[in-house]
Amino acid sequence: MGTTTIAAGGRSHKSKGLRKSLATLAASIMLATSAQAATPATDEVNTTGLAVTDDTVKVGILHSITGTMAISEIGSVQAEKLAIEQINESGGVLGRQIEFVQEDGASDWPTFAEKSRKLLRQDNVAAIFGAWTSASRKAILPVIEQYNGMLYYPTFYEGLEQSPNVIYTGQEATQQILAGIDWAVKEKGAKTFYLLGSDYIWPRTSNKIARKHIDKLGLKVVGEEYYPLGHTQFNSVINKIKLKKPDVIFASVVGGSNVAFYKQMKAAGVDFTDEKPLLLTISVTEDEIRGIGGENVEGIYASMKYFQSLDNPNNEEFVAAFKEAWGDDMVIGDVTQAAYLGPWLWKMAVEKAGSFDIDKIREASPGIEFTKAPEGYVRIHENHHLWSKTRIGRAKTDGQYEVVYETDELMEPDPFPEGYQ
Amino acid sequence: MKNTSPLKWFASREGLYYLALALLLVVILPLALDPFRLNMVGKYLTYAFVAIGLVMCWGKAGILSLGQGVFFGLGGYCMAMFLKLEASTPEATAIQSTPGIPDFMDWNQLTELPWFWEPFHSFSFTLLAIVGVPVLLAFIIGFAMFTRRVGGVYFAIITQAIAAILTILIIGQQGYTGGVNGITDLQTLMGWDIRTDEAKTILYFVCVGLLFVCLFVARFVQNRKLGRILVAMNAQENRVRFSGYDVAAFKIFVFCLAAAFAGIGGALFTLIVGFMSPSFIGIVASIEMVIFCALGGRLSILGAVYGALLVNAAKSGFSESFPELWPFAMGALFIGVVLAFPNGLAGLYQTYVMPLEDRLFKRKPKAAVSAPAKPAPAARQDEGRDYDPMLDQYSPEKS
Repeated sequence: MGTTTIAAGGRSHKSKGLRKSLATLAASIMLATSAQAATPATDEVNTTGLAVTDDTVKVGILHSITGTMAISEIGSVQAEKLAIEQINESGGVLGRQIEFVQEDGASDWPTFAEKSRKLLRQDNVAAIFGAWTSASRKAILPVIEQYNGMLYYPTFYEGLEQSPNVIYTGQEATQQILAGIDWAVKEKGAKTFYLLGSDYIWPRTSNKIARKHIDKLGLKVVGEEYYPLGHTQFNSVINKIKLKKPDVIFASVVGGSNVAFYKQMKAAGVDFTDEKPLLLTISVTEDEIRGIGGENVEGIYASMKYFQSLDNPNNEEFVAAFKEAWGDDMVIGDVTQAAYLGPWLWKMAVEKAGSFDIDKIREASPGIEFTKAPEGYVRIHENHHLWSKTRIGRAKTDGQYEVVYETDELMEPDPFPEGYQ
Repeated sequence: MKNTSPLKWFASREGLYYLALALLLVVILPLALDPFRLNMVGKYLTYAFVAIGLVMCWGKAGILSLGQGVFFGLGGYCMAMFLKLEASTPEATAIQSTPGIPDFMDWNQLTELPWFWEPFHSFSFTLLAIVGVPVLLAFIIGFAMFTRRVGGVYFAIITQAIAAILTILIIGQQGYTGGVNGITDLQTLMGWDIRTDEAKTILYFVCVGLLFVCLFVARFVQNRKLGRILVAMNAQENRVRFSGYDVAAFKIFVFCLAAAFAGIGGALFTLIVGFMSPSFIGIVASIEMVIFCALGGRLSILGAVYGALLVNAAKSGFSESFPELWPFAMGALFIGVVLAFPNGLAGLYQTYVMPLEDRLFKRKPKAAVSAPAKPAPAARQDEGRDYDPMLDQYSPEKS
């Protein structure tokens, strides 16, 4: 698969002129020949009226590019566009170039619902890459199921869901939490934990799983607190933490609250590099650090499946291509990488099924392996989530994580974990 | 109404406007649009209910409420609770730790249905609550504020605070309310699948029907003495009070009326869109509703309907065409309309289109009717009952 360069690929993009035109020429020749030889007829690969022609297929991208969530979701949009471009460059899907229709969810859940309906009803897209927050996913899920669409959802989330019409390319809660806590216990000798999160479904479910796991290990949770989204006064909880002296602060604070939280921790004299207490977060990726400031988070640990600094050839190519497409100052967080997987996993499912029909893609999806994934290797589980490794990174002042640990095995996705409900 | 002979002339003209709206909503749009777009128009129309209420409350009586989203949301949540309970049968929720309760309660470790959800098993109670709960809250707010003579900007700020409080409450109590996700995945109403195209089309017509009911109620109120008192109150509250009227009672009434309209709109919204979330209750949503009303013309109930339709259609249109720039286009639209036509679309129509109509039908611009002696500008007096001559006498801005 041609993931080396993102030049060329049907539509215009910033890139170098000569190389581009040459590559386009080469691609179009290849396309023309392969189209005659191998492209299956449209009425065979599309029996349900999707927007598939003899040489194009239409997909939807549905993220917030305005409003409060835009800062988080734009990375996902960029990754999805990059993947689509690379796929087109390598010959498209079943000989068809991918065209995308982009819609703006505007950080507003009803808008997400409206736009998903539009994508499925008006544009007849063959797949949707989109949604970010759980609320936006919950808003569009009934629509996707009703019109039998296929959604590739990139964010790590709370689990408790398994829709036949969704492929979850991010981690469900246990994949992030269990290995992270095990690591803190084994490597850092943690005995007491303080759970802290924003007040909505994901942090609450995550902390419920964390608490059960900590109980099972025979260790202790010394505090559990939630703050509304957008909360910026963390002084009281910082005092409580100082009083209770937990070994680990397990943090799932999201969005803008993070900026206040880490700055106030620092102002209160907590130096995370001392690891007293150690801070383990499941919500701060490289993207968030850009807002918080690297100097404020130096020494915190994050439990994710992907860090930009991962050292493998796939990731080197991916980071280089991403920066070439979107600028050198871009950072790539866990979700951005997961979003990048979406179009590729869809392409492989379509090609395995030999059809764009949603029902056939659904059947073909489990078992699909993506060996060129930037995170290394992923495989789709029967339950539509991905087998992925859990990794622990330690934040540096430059806003990057240094990977200090990764699980030996792929973690099995388990959206309805027994004993953790 | 046609038999009230001195008003016949006005009534027939006004009647034509209603007929035109009915024609547009019942015939033209359903024929011109596919079910998907028609469903979206249905969604826009649910906002028109709020806008009609705002015309009565703000345009006529001068009570600016920046918290109409609260009543819209309460009506919507009442409907959503009923639908969610219907969707949460023990069979459908067998995967949960506690089957038979809504899924978000299960995620939040609730093991039984909270007491205030229980009555929403009953459809008749739900219908009652859709109007009753918003009206009750409006009554409490109105009673507390208006009897103490809190008005104007202070009242607007308080309604805004209430919108903020309710949003925080709903998001905070996610085990009981669904939190920031809202109440989602609503499927059937009394066993009738509301997600199919046919159902959505039927719901659209139900929405149009109820909209006209609300329009006629609003029209009835504004054309009675009651309506005159509201307008008078707006202009010269003290004079009305000294004339022996209980100003607070009238204000409470019109505020409750607006809340009832908003509640009905909210319930229809839930049915048409298929879910309810706190984002319809908050400050931004509430202010947007005031914008619908301002853009349509805050003195005209028909203008409000067109305002809600146009603003929302523009929002969908812009955001589909320019996903990255559409908020700027919307902003430009609002600023442009407010700067250029402070009386909104209705004002525009009145100034430019109505004189044309007059010439076309060769009508005398001044037919002496309810305010015979007053030398008002021709076009304005001509407006019909939407633009009561009273309004020409007293500019509402003076309050």
